[in-house]
Amino acid sequence: MDLKLKIWRQPNAGAEGKIVDYDIKEVSPDMSFLEMLDVLNNQLVEKGEQPVAFDHDCREGICGMCSLQINGKPHGPDSAVTTCQLHMRKFKDGDTIYIEPFRSKAFPVIKDLVVDRSSFDRIQHAGGYVSVNTSGNTQDANAIPINKDDADKAFDAATCIGCGACVAACKNASAMLFVSAKVSQYALLPQGQVEAKRRAENMVAQMDAEGFGACTNTGACAAECPKEISLTNIARLNREYLKSSLS
Amino acid sequence: MALSGIFLISFLLMHVSINMFSVFSADAYNVASHFMGTNPLVQFLLQPVLLFGVVFHFLMGFVLEAKNRASRPISYAKKDKGNASWISQNMIYSGLVILAFLALHFVDFWIPEISYKYIEFKPAVEDRYYGELVHKFSNPLRVGAYVISFVLLGLHLLHGFQSSFQSMGINNKFTPAIKKFMTGFAIVVPVAFIFIAVFHFINH
Repeated sequence: MDLKLKIWRQPNAGAEGKIVDYDIKEVSPDMSFLEMLDVLNNQLVEKGEQPVAFDHDCREGICGMCSLQINGKPHGPDSAVTTCQLHMRKFKDGDTIYIEPFRSKAFPVIKDLVVDRSSFDRIQHAGGYVSVNTSGNTQDANAIPINKDDADKAFDAATCIGCGACVAACKNASAMLFVSAKVSQYALLPQGQVEAKRRAENMVAQMDAEGFGACTNTGACAAECPKEISLTNIARLNREYLKSSLS
Repeated sequence: MALSGIFLISFLLMHVSINMFSVFSADAYNVASHFMGTNPLVQFLLQPVLLFGVVFHFLMGFVLEAKNRASRPISYAKKDKGNASWISQNMIYSGLVILAFLALHFVDFWIPEISYKYIEFKPAVEDRYYGELVHKFSNPLRVGAYVISFVLLGLHLLHGFQSSFQSMGINNKFTPAIKKFMTGFAIVVPVAFIFIAVFHFINH
């Protein structure tokens, strides 16, 4: 299939960016979206032009590295997949495809489609961890009985790969779904109770400090999340936050 | 936003209940209005709390909107309508319509009432309320403005009521039932307000 691409090009963080048009021909429907961009980059390099910079790593949908706002949707038109799992068969011959970086004040563009998502790392550092005694007599985690429902919910929350699609989808560029998943995976487990009181407060404070917007419960984040993280996690984060604020 | 919203919703329920008296009995409406207009607890405790709630809700709404707009300095070239409802993404606009309506409502009822009682110190006339209400709703432009405002209020409630529970951390097995109740509330209460305005316009 032949496609017209409209791609955000920005030489560096400080430079002005703009949408640039590219035509790409004979794209196989079996290609992944990132493979299509690889083909485009080969063509650009052959012409002596700068290839389009974009984030990618595992290309299996588990690392959270790929991003891209494709035709106005994070990770493109398919549901519950990352950009690397998106196939060109989801598009038609002659389509025009807009490819933009995830937009947020807290995700500044580094180059072209690559954004700096280290704000997520700093939120994690603020409370997304459990303290474990590593003196040599650490208790086996499996020795602590955990309710199956809670274990399942914690695992569901832990499937968040921190890609930032929730931020990209939200009209407020809020990171509440990400933070709620990280808080939930610990709030539901006994190992997470040691830091429970300060975790929600610290992570929310860091989220605000990074410049993310506030949640207005539109639900756009959960609808676009490639790992289908549920809005119930945001309610749990709000409960944890209220509990720690009142105690 | 959630707590002030819930508080204002409870006020709406009380307000529509009293207004509904006017449809069935002028005397009942006069008695209820006179009680609300002269009871010291309502006048000097609940009324200031209500005013604070209204101002707080609107101010927080504007602060929230400003913060959220600042969090995405560069918008997308290609926008998708997304999977979220239109009203949930445009609460500021329905809120602004409600704010404009409140200004009209204050000019229509609240300011004349405060002037009557606390500036001009006119004597209490227990049966004046029904006549004032009917007189206001004889103007088709005013009735039209009320109808439009309450449609927007209904849309605002449709998202706001449910959203307030999520903000307070309530999302559990009862949530689907609670959402159905809230959807019903967001439809029935504004429709009742519209009915009252249209009823008096048609019948007087």
